[in-house]
Amino acid sequence: MTMLHTVNKSPFERNNLDSCLGHAQPGDAILLIEDAVYAAMGGTNIAGKIADAAKTFRLHVLGPDLKARGCDPANLVAGVTVVDYGGFVELAAQNKAVNAWL
Amino acid sequence: MKFGILVNEGPYNHQASDTAYQFTKAALENGHEIFRVFFYYDGVNNATSLGQPPSDDRNVTKNWQKLAEDHKVDLVVCVAAGLRRGIVDGNLAPGFRISGLGQLIEAGIQADRVVAFGD
Amino acid sequence: MDEMESGVVKKFMFINRKPPHGTVYALEVLEMVLISAAFDQDVHLAFIDDGVYQIKKGQAPAEIGCKNFSPTYRALDGYDIEKLYVEAEGLAERGLTEDDLLVPVEVLSRAELGKLMGEMDVILTA
Repeated sequence: MTMLHTVNKSPFERNNLDSCLGHAQPGDAILLIEDAVYAAMGGTNIAGKIADAAKTFRLHVLGPDLKARGCDPANLVAGVTVVDYGGFVELAAQNKAVNAWL
Repeated sequence: MKFGILVNEGPYNHQASDTAYQFTKAALENGHEIFRVFFYYDGVNNATSLGQPPSDDRNVTKNWQKLAEDHKVDLVVCVAAGLRRGIVDGNLAPGFRISGLGQLIEAGIQADRVVAFGD
Repeated sequence: MDEMESGVVKKFMFINRKPPHGTVYALEVLEMVLISAAFDQDVHLAFIDDGVYQIKKGQAPAEIGCKNFSPTYRALDGYDIEKLYVEAEGLAERGLTEDDLLVPVEVLSRAELGKLMGEMDVILTA
């Protein structure tokens, strides 16, 4: 059974996302929240890595955190889907456990 | 489904408590149960009754209190982490209670999922 | 305690990713781990990324005015907490080996540890 991983730090500042990607199992869900939503944006120097990750994992980003930061959901890396807080709850419910990569 | 929530950071330095609050609110709206919200590390500062944020900002402590009031959510502040940081019965906001770290482990055992929010 | 009589045994993993002393997380995770011992759960403790520094030998924080809690890691087996894992890559990246650690641990690769994490019921990372 798969896990939900949450990541809340910008990949340009901290290694939380890299560590998460290095440990998550294929098919696991990863939700980018808070400052980690910048990782989901197209055009960055890690966009290729995120697009690859989206092929191995179910990659999601929290919509309200995108909006708060002026990030346009139309400009996400391909394969990343937007969820709201209710979607976050259901991801937590659908997976076996939640690992917050703090 | 029963959720246990862990809040690791104080109310204003970090977004953690806000996200935890939004998650908890959405879980209740979706018909889930919140077994307990546990405040640990600097998260205990969410329970102070002495905070006075400017009127044009959200009041994180009041947000939690309202959830406790409307949905009987169990808001537990770690006694050891609270003592370290001066969160004691005398300045504890109504709706919160102080108890031991065992309450977090118990939430891990009793709840279907534990979701942590922090730095 | 009710929970001790409930008979439910879950797999808990405490994942340490942060170094000691600069922030309080290492110390307060340790307090959490010690409490968990009273609940007869299947407790796992992992040190990855900068968390490996928590169990580095020779810590002496007296001059920075902080408590030296590192000996407590050696006392964990007295609480029946014996499943301590360290990530091989985390050690190697930091120029450390198993000899630099103050407590006996099982060294696992990142892949092995990731797989183990996937088997857990409750994960608390700090």
